[in-house]
Parts: sequence; C-alpha cells; structure tokens
Amino acid sequence: MSAVKPTPEAREGWDADAAASPASRARKRLSSRGSSIAAIVIAVLWTLPTFGLLLSSFRPEDDIKGTGWWNWFTDPELTLDSYDEVLFGSQTELSTYVVNSVVITVPAVIIPVTLALMAAYAFAWMKFPFRDTLFVAIFALQIVPIQIALVPLLRIFVDTGVNGTFWPLWIAHSTFALPLAIYLLHNFMRDVPAELVEAARMDGAGHVKIFGTIMLPLIMPAIAAFSVFQFLWVWNDLLVALTFAGSTSDVAPLTARIAELVGTRGTEWHLLSAGAFVSMIIPVLVFVTLQRFFVRGLLSGSIKG
Amino acid sequence: MDTAEKLIQMVIAIALFCGVMGLIMLLVGRVRRGADLAQALAFVVPAVLLLAVGLIYPALRTAYQSFFDRTTDSFVGLTNYRALFERDDLLIVLRNTLFWILVAPVTATVIGLVYAVLVDRSRFEAFAKALIFMPMAISLVGASVIWRFVYEYRPDQQNIEQIGLLNQILVWLGFEPQQFMLNAPMNTFLLIAILIWVQAGFAMTVLSAAIKGIPQDIVEAGRLDGLYGVKMFRYVTVPSIRPALIVVLTTISIATLKVFDIVRTMTGGQFDTSIVANEFYTQSLVRGNYGLGAALAMVLFVMVVPIVIYNVRQMRKADIR
Repeated sequence: MSAVKPTPEAREGWDADAAASPASRARKRLSSRGSSIAAIVIAVLWTLPTFGLLLSSFRPEDDIKGTGWWNWFTDPELTLDSYDEVLFGSQTELSTYVVNSVVITVPAVIIPVTLALMAAYAFAWMKFPFRDTLFVAIFALQIVPIQIALVPLLRIFVDTGVNGTFWPLWIAHSTFALPLAIYLLHNFMRDVPAELVEAARMDGAGHVKIFGTIMLPLIMPAIAAFSVFQFLWVWNDLLVALTFAGSTSDVAPLTARIAELVGTRGTEWHLLSAGAFVSMIIPVLVFVTLQRFFVRGLLSGSIKG
Repeated sequence: MDTAEKLIQMVIAIALFCGVMGLIMLLVGRVRRGADLAQALAFVVPAVLLLAVGLIYPALRTAYQSFFDRTTDSFVGLTNYRALFERDDLLIVLRNTLFWILVAPVTATVIGLVYAVLVDRSRFEAFAKALIFMPMAISLVGASVIWRFVYEYRPDQQNIEQIGLLNQILVWLGFEPQQFMLNAPMNTFLLIAILIWVQAGFAMTVLSAAIKGIPQDIVEAGRLDGLYGVKMFRYVTVPSIRPALIVVLTTISIATLKVFDIVRTMTGGQFDTSIVANEFYTQSLVRGNYGLGAALAMVLFVMVVPIVIYNVRQMRKADIR
C-alpha cells in the first residue's frame, strides 16, 4: 500500500481556501475542536484501564485490596513487593512459567516459519504435479478453526505418550500456523523478480542454493513480520495451552497460569495485577521494537483467531 | 523439571529440527538436475505431513465424532445438533454468540475508523495511534485481568470502598454499585467491550493505511465542493475505503466467533455468558462430553466458513498489502 503524502504546498492551499470564507473557517475550527475532544476521550478510555492496573501493581497489598487505584494520588506509596511475591513466592512462582513460555514460544516460531518457507518456495518456484491444487487446499485450510482439531489431536498425543511434555505444544502451534504462513510467504516469494532466479539458475545454482542465497535474504522483512506475529500469537495463546498443558508447572505457559490464578485467587489483586504485567512485558517489548514489521504483517492480512 | 532442564530440552528440539531440515537440504542440494520431483517433495512434504496429521485428520475425526454420544461409543445421529437448538442453556449460548457477532465487529470498526480519521495528520499521530494499538500486543488473558479490575464489585456498605473504576464512577454519580459480571444479559455486553477494546487498534491500523491511500485529487475535489468535517468523512472518506472496511469487519467477525479467552477468564461461561467457542471447551475438555463438544466445534466451523470466503474475496479485491 503506497501512502500518498500530501505536499506542503497542497496543505497550505487548503488552509488558504478555508481562510477565504469566515463561515467555513469557523465551522472548521469548531469541528477540529470537537474532533480533538473526541480523540482524547477515546485515547483516555483506551489507556485508563491499563494504567489503573499498572499503578495498582506497584501499590502495597493492603492499599490495593482496600481502596481504588485513584487514591494513590492522595496517598502515594510505591513498592515492588507484589512483583517479588508473584515471581518468586511459593504460591505463584511465575518465574517458572516465564521460562515455560519462552521454551514453548521459541521452537513454536522457528519450526513453522522454516517449514512454511520451504513449502512456500516450492509452491512459488518449483514445478511438480498437483502443485496448484495442493496450494489451494492449504490456503483453504485457513478456514478451519483450531477448535475443530484439538480433541482428536490431544488423543494422538496421549496415545503416543508425549502428552505432558513440550512436544504437543510445539507441534500444535507449528501445525496451526502453517496454512497462513505458507500462503503469506508464498505471496512474498512470488514477488521476487523471475530474472534473478533465472540468472542464478543459468549460473548452475540448484534450488537449495537459490532458496538460501537469493530467496531468504530478499524476503527477510516478510519473515520478520510473520515471526513477530507468530511470537505474539503463541505467547498470548490460552486455548492450545490449556488443552495440551493444563496448568502444571512443568509445561504450562504464563497465560494458563494467570487464567488459573484468576479462578482460584480472584480476590488477590496484588498477585493478579503484578502477574498480568509480568505476562505482558515481553510481548509489549517485542511489539514496540518490531512494530514496523508487525504493522506490515497486519496489512498483508496476517490475522488469525 | 528445573529451568536448566527445560532450556536444554528446547535447545535439543531446535537442534534436532534444524539437523533434520539441514540434512534434507544437503541431500536435495546433492541431487543434480533431472530429479525435479524429488527436490519438490523434499520442500513440500514436511509441511504437508504436519498439516495432514495435525489438522486435517483431527478435523475429520471431530466431524465424525459429532454424531456420537458423550463417550463417542455409540452413534446418536443428529442428537447433539438438535440439543443445541432445544436445550435452554445451549440456546443461551447461541443467543450470546449472536450478541457478540452483531456488536463487537461493528463497534470496533467504527471506533477504529473514527479514531483513525481524527488523529490523521495531527501532530501526535504516531503516539495517539500507539495508545490504541497497544492492547493488540497483550494477551486476552491479560486484557481480562485489566477489565476485571474495572468491573470489580464491592458490597455497598460503610467502610468498604469500591476498587473497580466503573463502580466507583457509579458511586460518585450517586448510584448503587452493580455486580456487573453476575447480571445477565448486561454481563455479556461488558465482556464484548473487552474484545472491542482489543480489536479497535487493528481496525484503526488497517483503516488508517487505507485513508492515507485515498488519492489526493479526490480529497481536493471534495474540498472544492465545500466538503469539510463530517461531510468529508461521509461522502469522500468512507466510500473511498469501503473495501478495507469490509475486510476489517469480516476479519474481526472471524476473530469474534473464535474468541474464547475472555469468557473463560472473566466468568468461565457462568452467569449466562457462555458462547460457542467457550462452550466447546467446557463440554469437550472440562465435562468430557466429546460428542456435544465436537458438534459445537462443527457449528463454529459452519459459522466461520461464509465469513472467511467473503473476507478472502474482498481482500483480493481490496489488495491490501
């Protein structure tokens, strides 16, 4: 999508037009003041709930449970106690679950991206029977909600004896990511100029070489976009986690643990607030540093539910 | 398992995977021209195999199981599907799902659109957008905790203060605090608000890009015709970004149908708040009623299919890239 940037001249031109008629100028000013207020109202509505919980997570336990976070402004007191307790306290031990989340997420990004890259390359640049049929079939798999696969997949994992390890999570996340990943990466690979590939082929390069030395470097931004997307998806997932890991400290990720805490310790606000922010900090950091790629991913249609 | 063991497991898994893939690549690299089919298979088969075992077979199995009883032992025909339209608790599930699909996509899209227009080319555009967009990065579980705190209720007694923002506002305005999560059907709409809060950022991002792509001459022609503010929005902006609007609406609709985390975390589906995606989880994985759970998954599938097909066709037309 090419954004059309207005030239400075054009912008001045409109203002000059507006200045020409006092009535339209007044109307414009009115609407711009109204729209500023509306924008600020939305922005506040969207930020305040998060801000309230963030501030709460730094208040002493008794304060959180006794008064609303807005009382902090008249009684400012901050502490890291809640974070200490939620991360290392024996009741919650969130640090264990942070490790689990990392251990689940890293392979669950690397595996599907690698497999999808290879398949996407084959669909874009290799010739084999039923290629287009197979590609359309994989594309169509995007319509399958993951709910439909969960229970029989769980049975397979139980029967093969891998249930209770990280493998079900890695395999499930990798599988569910493939249709979208193959489709998106295929689109980007298709956009690579054919002359480049032909030239390499003339020089005697085989598919493996073209794949590794031409394709991968050229579509790096797309790989990054999808990786960020998949990272956030896996890290924030609850359904796959609950199905294949339950909430045991051996393999369950942060989301499953926090969801469990809400159920069992729903009134322990100091644990919930700090715990929620522990689970948010990594995705938010990834998101802020790689936002460029994430937005590109969104605009190319990588949304998954 | 301690931390070191887990990390070692992770490294071994990655090494194993990379080793196998590297070996495949090495072997394919050795193959000279002529063995095209073998090369193509090496590239495609790993992904296809995973999809066949991990997605296609389980999906077919679920479709099959939806015609069986709770333990999937005996064939019961359409009983599970009929239950969806006959049992009162399941009718409420369908009704709630209808509420979600009718309210969430439209509201999130409208808010995202209005906000995108309002902050477009303002001085603080990047910052203003980041504020709305941030909820996209956090998990729905995290979002649910944030909003639980907003909806929290404390009994209306002396010496007890409200700690939930919404109830405190009610108290400040002179009303009685409400048990927001317990009172149906209001609780469903308060849960929907959480999804709107999360999805508005997505709508805003895509629509903002579309707005910036409106050709300048169209905007100027509108100005010359005296269109400003709301009229400009109504007659120029909205018609110009129609395809993007439809893509956003349908994409959020799909996400809405599949969303499970919010209901699960906020109420667990109690107090008449369950929706199909949550009821699927409750029936299959909590109550062990596999037949009914499979039928619910199929219903979800059937609801999603037409929207996805429409979405894909519009996406091609809009060519949002």
